[in-house]
Amino acid sequence: MKLPFLPNHDDPSFFDFLTEHHPTLTPTGRSGFLQAQAAVEPMRGAGSMSIPHATTVLAIKYQQGVVIAGDRRATEGFQIAERRIEKVFKIDEYSAMAIAGAAGPCIEMAKLFQVELEHYEKLEGVQLSCEGKANKLGQMVKANLPMVFQGLVVMPLYVGYDRKRAEGRIYKYDLAGGRYEESDYHAIGSGGKDARNTMREHFLKGLAEPDALKLALLALYNAADDDVGTGGPDLVRGIYPTAKIVNATGITDVSDQQIRGIYDGLIATRRSKEN
Amino acid sequence: MPMPYYVSPEQMMQDKAEYAKKGIAKGRSIIAIEYVNGILLVAENPSASLYKISEIYDSIAFAGAGKYSEFENLRKAGIRHADLKGFIYSREDVTARSLANGYSQSLGTIFSQELKPLEVEILVVQVGHNGQANEMYRISFDGSIIDERTFAVIGGKSEAVQALLKEKGLTQPPELQAALTFCIAALEQIGNQKLSLESLEVAVLDRTRDGRRFRRLSPIDTKQLLTT
Repeated sequence: MKLPFLPNHDDPSFFDFLTEHHPTLTPTGRSGFLQAQAAVEPMRGAGSMSIPHATTVLAIKYQQGVVIAGDRRATEGFQIAERRIEKVFKIDEYSAMAIAGAAGPCIEMAKLFQVELEHYEKLEGVQLSCEGKANKLGQMVKANLPMVFQGLVVMPLYVGYDRKRAEGRIYKYDLAGGRYEESDYHAIGSGGKDARNTMREHFLKGLAEPDALKLALLALYNAADDDVGTGGPDLVRGIYPTAKIVNATGITDVSDQQIRGIYDGLIATRRSKEN
Repeated sequence: MPMPYYVSPEQMMQDKAEYAKKGIAKGRSIIAIEYVNGILLVAENPSASLYKISEIYDSIAFAGAGKYSEFENLRKAGIRHADLKGFIYSREDVTARSLANGYSQSLGTIFSQELKPLEVEILVVQVGHNGQANEMYRISFDGSIIDERTFAVIGGKSEAVQALLKEKGLTQPPELQAALTFCIAALEQIGNQKLSLESLEVAVLDRTRDGRRFRRLSPIDTKQLLTT
C-alpha cells in the first residue's frame, strides 16, 4: 500500500531509491543535461578517458585484515588545489573505500555508498555480505559511466573484512563497473604504478600489521617521489598520508602520530643512503 | 439505478476507529521510558527475528504495535525519509519531530480517505544529546499525535500499563537496570504471567554512544544487565 506524505519504494537500496525518485541527487544526476550535449558532439571527451587521476591510494592484505592508505594532495592542472584532502573513507564498521578521480563526484559517491549500506542494514535488519557490498559499489561505478565521458572519473578501491571467511578482501574496479578481486595488494591513481612496484618488491603473504602499515607508507612515499600528482609527507605543515586498518575488530584510524613516527624512521634511512 | 446507502460521516469514522482499535487491542504492549543516559524500549515479542522496535537514524528509534505488515511498511518509509533528509542536508538535521509529522499526515490521510484504516499505533522517540531533551511521540491509527514525557506506551492494554507506570510517580529518570526491571514488572503484572527474557525485545538509545546510538539488547545482554 502506498503511504501518502512518506517516501515509497520497493527495494532496500538507497541508490536505486534516489535514482528512481530523486534522480538529480545521484552523482549521475547531471547526466541528463550532459547526455544531451554529448548527443550533439558524440566524440567529445572520448579522449578524457585517459585523464590521469592525480592521486595514489593503495591497500595491502596482512595476516588479520587489510591496510588501506592514501596521500593527501588534490590538484587542478599544475596547481595544488588542496593539501589535506582525505581520500580514504570509512564506509561502515567493516569496510573502507579509497578514491581516485574528480574530487567532488568521488566524495559524493563515498557518502552515497555509506548511506547505501546503512540504509540496507536498517531496512533488512542484517548487514550486506562483503561481496554484496563490493557488487553494489560496482553498480554505482557503472551508473557513473556517462560522467566519465565528461571527464568526471570516479575510481574506487574497496576493502572489507569478510567475517564469514575471516579475512580481509580487496576489490578494484574499472570505469564500466567491472569488479575484480585482488589477492594481495593493489594501488590506483596516477602514482598507482609506482606504489605497486614498491609493494611487488616487498610484499609477503601473511605480513604482520606493523610491517604491512610500513610497506603501505613506503609505497606512498615512493609514489610521491616519482609522481607529481601524489603528495608525500609534508614535514613543514605536519601533513601526513592517512591510513586505516580493517580487521575482525572493525575499522580503526592509524593515528597521525604513529604515521609520523614511521615516516621519521623512513626518512632517516633514506638520508643515510644519500650521504 | 439503486441509491447507495447513506451513512453519516460520524458513523463512518466511528466504525473505522472501532475497527482499528480492535486490531490494535489484540497485540501486546510496548513501553518506551527515559533512563539516565537515554531511552529504553521494551516490547513483549515471542519472535526473535520479527522486530517491533527498530533503528531509524542516529538518535531516533521506532516501535510499532498492531498489524505487522502495516507498521513494517511505515518503519521502512521512515528510514527512507530519514536517510534521504540526512543525505540531502546533514545528519543533525534529521529530527523525530519531522518524522512524526510525516507519519501523522500519512496515517490521518489514510484514515479519512481509504476504506480500511491502518491497524497500527506507533512510537517515534529521539534521545537528546548535548543538553537537549528527549522527544517521544505516540501516533495513533487516525494520525493523532501525542507528545509524551517520561514514558510512553502503545499496543493492547496500553492504558492499563500507562496507569501502572504513572502510579510509580517517577520524578527522576532511573538507572537503566532499574528502568528495565520496572518495565518487565509492569508488563508481567498486566499480562498476568511471568515473562521469559527470550520473549522480550529490548533496545536502547544510548546518548553516551557516538554516531548511531541505537543498540539492541539480546536476551544474554538483558540477563547480564539484570543480574549485575
